[in-house]
Amino acid sequence: MSRDEKIRSMLTEEEKGMIDEELSHYPTTRAGGIEALKIVQRRRGWISDDLLLAVAHHVGMAPAELDRSATFYNLIFRRPIGRHVVLVCDSVSCWLMGADRLRDRLRHRLGVGAGETTADGRFTVLPNVCLGACDRAPAVMIDETLHGPLTEDELDRLLDSQMP
Amino acid sequence: MNDDRPLTGQIRRHGPPPTLSEYEDCGGYAPVRTMLSHMTPEDVQQEVMNSNLRGRGGAGFPTGQKWSFVPMGADAPRPKYLVVNADEMEPGSFKDRLLLEGHPHRLIEGIIIAAYAIQAECAYVFVRWAYHPSVIALGRAIREARETGLLGHNLLGSGFSLTVHVHTSAGRYICGEETALLNALEGHPVIPRSKPPYPQVCGLWGKPTIVQNVETVCNLPHILAHGAKWFRNLGKGKDAGTKLYAVSGRVKQPGVWELPIGTSMREILEHHAGGMQEGYAFRAMQPGGGSTGFLTEDHLDLAMDFDSLSSVGSRLGTGTAIVLDDRTCPVGFVRNLEHFFAQESCGWCTPCRDGLPWVERLLADIDNGNGRPQDVEILERHVTLLGPGRTYCAHAPGAMEPLKSALRYFRSDFDRHIHDQRCPWKSQGTEA
Ligand SMILES: Cc1cc2nc3c(=O)[nH]c(=O)nc-3n(C[C@H](O)[C@H](O)[C@H](O)COP(=O)(O)O)c2cc1C
Ligand code: SF4
Ligand code: FES
Repeated sequence: MSRDEKIRSMLTEEEKGMIDEELSHYPTTRAGGIEALKIVQRRRGWISDDLLLAVAHHVGMAPAELDRSATFYNLIFRRPIGRHVVLVCDSVSCWLMGADRLRDRLRHRLGVGAGETTADGRFTVLPNVCLGACDRAPAVMIDETLHGPLTEDELDRLLDSQMP
Repeated sequence: MNDDRPLTGQIRRHGPPPTLSEYEDCGGYAPVRTMLSHMTPEDVQQEVMNSNLRGRGGAGFPTGQKWSFVPMGADAPRPKYLVVNADEMEPGSFKDRLLLEGHPHRLIEGIIIAAYAIQAECAYVFVRWAYHPSVIALGRAIREARETGLLGHNLLGSGFSLTVHVHTSAGRYICGEETALLNALEGHPVIPRSKPPYPQVCGLWGKPTIVQNVETVCNLPHILAHGAKWFRNLGKGKDAGTKLYAVSGRVKQPGVWELPIGTSMREILEHHAGGMQEGYAFRAMQPGGGSTGFLTEDHLDLAMDFDSLSSVGSRLGTGTAIVLDDRTCPVGFVRNLEHFFAQESCGWCTPCRDGLPWVERLLADIDNGNGRPQDVEILERHVTLLGPGRTYCAHAPGAMEPLKSALRYFRSDFDRHIHDQRCPWKSQGTEA
């Protein structure tokens, strides 16, 4: 199989169907590029170069243009990430309610700092702007679930409960 | 309808949002039915103009006036678009989430009204990535509305058609700026557009478009149901309607409440947020999110409305207040804010792209005990150089509002950091 064919066959029929459904919401295909990346990322964790090419090809965008979008948005991952993504709010309400203590606990407990993934591939820790949950400060989002207000020990228990 | 809390009266704080039939049982979608059969788009525009509704996304622009710039009639360019701004990424803001998660049908009803008023046939709701439950709730409500004929082709046989799509973003604060948001929706590099032309004339894909905050749109159903005069009377002062006010920080009960617009900060802080936590004293607050100027004890009796807060050099903004307590360092507080603004600059114009990181760096130096006597003056110069009129969008001027007011109200704290070469708060061990 040539590289081109290999890339074309990377997306599943299900993914293509979901992407086409999103594209139908817009008069131009490029408008659906970011939704397409999210559909693929949700299934595969992150967007490798080959996946980026595959999506660009399917959507009909120049790969460089799609990559410009992909690298602009902080929640499109262009590098491998852990099975769970831990977003720690670093904005002001959480900061003044003790977000630094949560970050220290994560560093201590998982041995990783901001932007790093644990050696066992379970967690990636990322700082994130205000999660829109300042009444629940300090707040953390694990994958797609919001948690807060959290103490260090509660955070520990949450990490324990993330399987696998 | 819950009369004094029309926005949130039907929201169950700990339960699922009202379904379409539950909403209809409490009078939901009746205003839309009446509108579609008895009102012209001009009637709707006039009613909203008379209601004095001002945008709840931060700038407070009168909604009816915004709509009046949209070309109408048979010669108007088509399609026209309505975009609902549900990006809500400003630090300290969490009010639209309540409406999105708690009552998506009210938002959809508002969308139908706004779209009909400007004769838009397509609407996008631009939701930030983190609001997963909102996206699910909205998706379900849109399906229900479509199945009942409230959305789609030829609504309830009126001849008016409307499609609503939800677009979820993937982070970045600049997407909330209305023209940057249009670029984001189109899949172009996300930078603001120069104005004019304004989106009302030349917006999404070059077509007439209005961009409106979630809370603004959710006010439309009860304006139509009870009339402009009723709506104006809901406010306490000059402004009309109710407002979602929120408080976060070291208060006993952080949260969000719907109150008459123009309620005083003291009432919100003491009565609704329960006052300060034990052992913490009030020092200052940002009244409307991270990009609004600090106000102090002296301002607590001011009405939280657009004009009262601008008269003292601050802004109502989003109405979501952040409280600075006496055990938190004001320099550290502003440093955290400027880190956010520097990180989230889109980089399109030089003062913002280069100035904000410098501001952040100077604040970090002062906070870490390495401040130099001239640093305060350099910061002050940035307040001017990044101020209104020097950048493509309001991001940089917004970033300067807390800095400017901090230099005014906390000047002695800055000086003390620089003089002592350390942060007085850090030695007390109250901060990491
Ligand atoms: C950097 C920046 C971010 C913004 N973010 C938001 C936002 O998340 N939500 C919002 O409604 N308005 C936001 N705004 C204001 C919008 O540009 C616009 O004024 C608003 O959506 C208009 O709606 P309204 O008239 O109903 O208030 C932002 C503005 C700037 C400069
Ligand atoms: S002010 Fe900042 S965010 Fe706004 S256009 Fe300029 S660089 Fe971008
Ligand atoms: S500041 Fe952390 S959720 Fe808003």
